[in-house]
Amino acid sequence: MSPVAEHLSRNTLLMELAYVATAFLFILGLKMLSSPATARKGIRLAELGMLTAVVGTLLHEHVVTYEWIILGLLIGGIAGGIIAIWTPMTAMPQRTALSHAFGAIAVSLVGIAEFYSHQGHLDVAKMTAIGFEVMLGGLTFTGSMMAFAKLQGTLPGRPITYPGQNAANISILVGIIVSVGYLIVVPTAPTWLFYAMVAMSFIFGILLVLPIGAADMPVVIALLNSYAGLAGSATGFALDNKILIVAGALDGASGLILSILMCKAMNRSITNVIFGGFGKAPVVSADAQKVAGSIRSLSSDEAATLITSAMRVVVVPGYGMAVSQAQMVVKELADLLGERDIDVQFAIHPVAGRMPGHMNVLLAEAGVPYDLLKEMDAINPEFKFVDVAIVVGANDVVNPAAKNDKSSPIYGMPVLDVESARTVLVLKRSMAPGFAGIENELFYKPNCMMVFGDARKTLQEFVNAAKASAKAA
Amino acid sequence: MEYQLHVIGVMIFVVAAFVGHHVIHGVPPLLHTPLMSATNAISAISLVAAIVIAGGETNAVRTTLGVIAVAAATCNVVGGFLITDRMLKMFKGGKAKKAGKAKGAA
Repeated sequence: MSPVAEHLSRNTLLMELAYVATAFLFILGLKMLSSPATARKGIRLAELGMLTAVVGTLLHEHVVTYEWIILGLLIGGIAGGIIAIWTPMTAMPQRTALSHAFGAIAVSLVGIAEFYSHQGHLDVAKMTAIGFEVMLGGLTFTGSMMAFAKLQGTLPGRPITYPGQNAANISILVGIIVSVGYLIVVPTAPTWLFYAMVAMSFIFGILLVLPIGAADMPVVIALLNSYAGLAGSATGFALDNKILIVAGALDGASGLILSILMCKAMNRSITNVIFGGFGKAPVVSADAQKVAGSIRSLSSDEAATLITSAMRVVVVPGYGMAVSQAQMVVKELADLLGERDIDVQFAIHPVAGRMPGHMNVLLAEAGVPYDLLKEMDAINPEFKFVDVAIVVGANDVVNPAAKNDKSSPIYGMPVLDVESARTVLVLKRSMAPGFAGIENELFYKPNCMMVFGDARKTLQEFVNAAKASAKAA
Repeated sequence: MEYQLHVIGVMIFVVAAFVGHHVIHGVPPLLHTPLMSATNAISAISLVAAIVIAGGETNAVRTTLGVIAVAAATCNVVGGFLITDRMLKMFKGGKAKKAGKAKGAA
């Protein structure tokens, strides 16, 4: 072996060893996310892993110039830093969708560059890997951009549907798969077919997310997360890079688990979310379905008296809390009640909000200790001991129809049993139905009182009333 | 020989997916948003592939695609890790606070 070759192979070995260390640090870091106490340390380890991999890669035999790499690192680093510092916690779902898009476009471009450089000389295995990489990367990129636009409000959040939609989507998908298959089997396939496949993947991503409503975004974001991971793994196969295979598999597994959990929490299958066009039904249910009983409303002063004379209060936050930015006032109210020795907890439904864990992050930001945040299964048996349940901007996740109305579109979805509490206060802007567009039976229950108005304003009035009565006492 | 390499790759993928499944199941719903941004940052490891493209032999098309890919992946690495940490910093336990309150009451 010549001295140069020996040097190169030593560098390759060092790079591979760096990747082993990275894989270990990534897995350990994720493992430490199992508790809030160790999570930050875990992230440090994962960061160290990333640094190790990047430094190791600079030893790669094909890396001959550094200036272009540095340019990319600078642009990306500055953009990433700005996004990280300026994104408010309420915008976390959009930020996540955008980052899936960035990850996916990086992977797609790597795949396209590989094809461009080696077209015509790609063996079956490489072409398979590049095909999957670009297909998954492409649809994840445009799909995530669509999710971002819907969450940001640039596009309407409601499902956009048209006749023959599923047929159109399926034919494009078939077109993509046939193109990839042809490119794999016939090495002499024309190069335009590859670029046509790339274009179809981009279009497919848009069409895939078009009919999905904003309320279903937790599933979609998790699913796109999974695709982005799998695209990363495919890149690993295409470039024979083991760390990409490992990290992609970890990300893919995580996204898949989260999307399955979200689907379970809505009692729907992934196929139903993607092809169902949920939310098309409101026209039927809102009119046809008459609920017996009448609506009672309370003024905020009356409601405040009810709350301050309770022993145990549970707050049920929903997406409406994020919309009206009410999390800080919720925390203030909880503190005031705590001072009066009233027991306050929070009931978190798995799909409350626009992404998995959305409500937890907002309440944590407001300073609510995480041991007061209760998961659905833990809090449901407790509702019968609760004096007042305060529903802040949640609707479908507290609808008893999911338990007892077989004709309801959300029948079978696990919900929070708020109606078991002695009194339920629902903070709501108006009587408009929730995102699923379904009439809520809860509002007609005898123990349910509505407090109309902007949630943040109403809660502020509760806080003022509680303060005033504390002074009087 | 080529095929052996690919089989090793598939094996790594399967094992990593199992490990990932196991590890991620241990993450409580409380931390699902930070989990998602953490795995997103981790999967931006595709940065290393982009680096090889951007720093490789000179070819305008390849280098341009590589630089954009490096920028997009770096954005996720930096943004993903920073924002995950920003979120995790906010999660605080209530025990210390409760003890303090009990003292105040006494």
